[in-house]
Amino acid sequence: MTINPETVGPEAVGSAPAVQPVKRSVIGQLLRNPQGAACLAYLALVVLIAVSAPWLAPAGPNVTDLAATNAPPLTAGHPLGGDSAGRDILDRLIWGSRQTVVAVLVVVVVSVLLGVIAGLVAGFYRGRFELVASFVTDVIMSLPGIVLLIALYALTGPNIPAAMAVFGVLIAPTYYRLVRSIVLGVRNELYVDAARVVGLSDLRIVGRHVLWAVRAPVIIQSSFVMAAAIGIEAGVSFLGLGDPAGASWGIVLQTSFNAIYNNAWAVLWPALVISLTILTLVLLGNALSDVLQSSARSKLLSPRRRHALVAAADRAKKTAPVADSALVGSSDDVVLSVRDLRIGYPTAGGVDEVVHGVDLDVRRGEIHGLVGESGSGKSQIAFSTLGILPREALILGGHVLLDGEDLLADSRLMLAARGRRIGYIPQEPMSNLDPSFTIGAQLVYGLRATRPMSKGEARRRLVELLARVGITEPERVMRLYPHQISGGMAQRVLICGAVASDPDIIVADEPTTALDVTVQAEVLELLRELSRERGLAMILVTHNLGVVADLCDTVSVMKDGRIVERADVEAIFESPRQAYTQQLLSSSRRVELMEI
Amino acid sequence: MWLSSLKNLVRSLAVLLVVTFATFSLMFGNAPGIAKAVLGLAATPEAVQGKVVELGLDRPLLVQYWSWATHAIQGDLGRSFYTGEPVSDALASRVPVTLALIVIALLLTAVLSVILGVTAAVRGGSVDRALQFVSVLGTAVPAFIVAIALVLVLAIRWPVFPATGYVSPDASLSGWAASLVLPVTALLIGSVASAAQQFRSAVLDTLGRDYVRTLRARGIDERYVVFRHVLRNSAAPGLTVLSLTMLGLLGGAVFIEQVFALPGMGQLANASAQINDVPMVMGTVLVTIVIVLVVNFLGDLAITIANPKARAR
Repeated sequence: MTINPETVGPEAVGSAPAVQPVKRSVIGQLLRNPQGAACLAYLALVVLIAVSAPWLAPAGPNVTDLAATNAPPLTAGHPLGGDSAGRDILDRLIWGSRQTVVAVLVVVVVSVLLGVIAGLVAGFYRGRFELVASFVTDVIMSLPGIVLLIALYALTGPNIPAAMAVFGVLIAPTYYRLVRSIVLGVRNELYVDAARVVGLSDLRIVGRHVLWAVRAPVIIQSSFVMAAAIGIEAGVSFLGLGDPAGASWGIVLQTSFNAIYNNAWAVLWPALVISLTILTLVLLGNALSDVLQSSARSKLLSPRRRHALVAAADRAKKTAPVADSALVGSSDDVVLSVRDLRIGYPTAGGVDEVVHGVDLDVRRGEIHGLVGESGSGKSQIAFSTLGILPREALILGGHVLLDGEDLLADSRLMLAARGRRIGYIPQEPMSNLDPSFTIGAQLVYGLRATRPMSKGEARRRLVELLARVGITEPERVMRLYPHQISGGMAQRVLICGAVASDPDIIVADEPTTALDVTVQAEVLELLRELSRERGLAMILVTHNLGVVADLCDTVSVMKDGRIVERADVEAIFESPRQAYTQQLLSSSRRVELMEI
Repeated sequence: MWLSSLKNLVRSLAVLLVVTFATFSLMFGNAPGIAKAVLGLAATPEAVQGKVVELGLDRPLLVQYWSWATHAIQGDLGRSFYTGEPVSDALASRVPVTLALIVIALLLTAVLSVILGVTAAVRGGSVDRALQFVSVLGTAVPAFIVAIALVLVLAIRWPVFPATGYVSPDASLSGWAASLVLPVTALLIGSVASAAQQFRSAVLDTLGRDYVRTLRARGIDERYVVFRHVLRNSAAPGLTVLSLTMLGLLGGAVFIEQVFALPGMGQLANASAQINDVPMVMGTVLVTIVIVLVVNFLGDLAITIANPKARAR
């Protein structure tokens, strides 16, 4: 069977998605979602028809009318026609829905009971039970369920509910994995600890806190499991493993398929009903996860919507107070300048602007510090000068000028400048090297992408440069993979990668934050030397005023997406003009005192 | 690397033992039921008892399993209760049909879903939404219904391909290919839909990694970032997707063989199960499990080779 709830759902089972607590009733929320409401209505109709079959088709599913043998649709008294034995197809489908509903119930009850309980126990108590349960789960999930179902036919006979119970066992692992991973996450949460300390029994804790956390994911998963159950029920009946005397959608399909040359129409109805019901459950599952885990969905917008948002933001633009100072626009020695840059992210209600009209100038050879708390927008500015903002980010306005040319206005200019004239040093060294390639391979490749030269030439230059950035055995390091070197070494490699193509300016995003304190000082010293030797300008993004004092010539202080003060470094440290800068300075001094 | 492969091998063998023993005891546990099924419902209790003894079903289960397993290792899977045909002979003619079906479908799935998944992830926008929509449809509609639709349209309404039957490649290569077009297509739709979706998320995941941003910042052309770095780093999750796909195809083939009357393993299992021909069913279960374990083992090996960190160990 190709229906596998693991692949149908938007969330892979086993990962614990961020689930918002269920606040209002699930049904209530679902009814407000058009897709969810439509799906629920359809499913309610199916259940209603199943329940009222004795009244809708009082004659039962097996009345034969020889005149209706292989009758086309709209024959008198048989709106959907008759099958090869002269039985009314509509009546048979109505009665068949009973078996479908029963089958789905059996599967869900068996699999939820088994999977959720085993998952709760394994996640909460761990130990040997978890080991055994996880092994069994792996084994079951690695087998094609339908083959086992067929094999166990010897045991169950033509008995669909029994076969569905077996299928429930076979699909229980999807719940087990889901619940176990969530419980493992919740287990160590503070509120569970608190409940323990208060002395609640394990049963109460599981009932009150843990069950609450697994509720939404289990509901979503159930929708996909039901879809799989309908597919399997129909499939098993279609294979001829069902009770031939009963009526089910799968059996109707099988009978019609066997007479397909005589009455092709008869195949259509059961195929349609089965597909539509499965599709509805899948869509319901998607709607449920939209409603219950809206945060887990990406908010990537279409180009048209992005344009509309940018235009709207432009109209609504507040004239930002440009606290101009002598440092902006005063010199023709400027390499890179940022003008009125505004960056936002789409939200449910529109755009959340995170950078509000920032101006910044960096002169040749100058090291410019960009300081501020995390979330103040400094990394966003750094990324936008290189055109490497996350995909969902919106540039709402402004310019990034490299020697007077606007990189934001022309993506070709940006591509030509990126890596060649503007280099980038990232924050976290280990995650910024491609783990699948050797250091040498990725450095050589990167250099040759920006400066045409032979492989040997690139290698020779990089070995020299690696030695320059303080790597002792450059030839050997070139042959290593990223996981084989230390964080400090990795950061030196990344600095080498940024400097190799001789850029005019380097954007360094917290280049020392992830390093050990001893290594930090060495890397800062290296950056200072490189800047001097090569006349490199630098934008140094940091939250650390110590780094600024140590390295920078000028500094911009950011708060909440605005630059609140900019000055020469001495001026800032001697007489900060803005209240926020004073606050920042005094708090960092306090930290230094504490460290002493 | 050798150590982890050895561990995988031991684990696979353990799974093989556990699963075959479990299915064996479930199927052979009901001795009178089997005998009654073989003899027909009218059989007297004495006759049933005689048949139980004759088939060796009166022995303890462990003894029966031991004798089955030791023979199975030598390639002897017993004989059909009905025709007396050796199970291994029946399988020898059936397994190639199923394997041809799923291997062709797997290769096509790999190619198509990589192309679709990467395109959707890299392009985004309307291409992505279109793929998402189609793949919900593709995963929701069961393979056997797709198969019936194909028969209806391309075999009955416009008879382009044969509706049923199988032509051996020895008899006619083009006939063989024609007999597989519709079955493979029916399997493909669901598996491409779900695999492309998973490739898409694997590629999106890699695209969001820090080193991809750094590579871009280093001035490397986006095409090369995608084809050299992103694809390479999506290889491991991609291989996992493919081994899961293989599993899905193995299950889907059972239905497809039924629709197209292909003499494959699934059809043999189904036909044998309906007449309680237990040795035959047990044989197909064994072959299925062996295929699954071999695929998983090779998949793990390939993932290890693709990952420099695991390779070094």
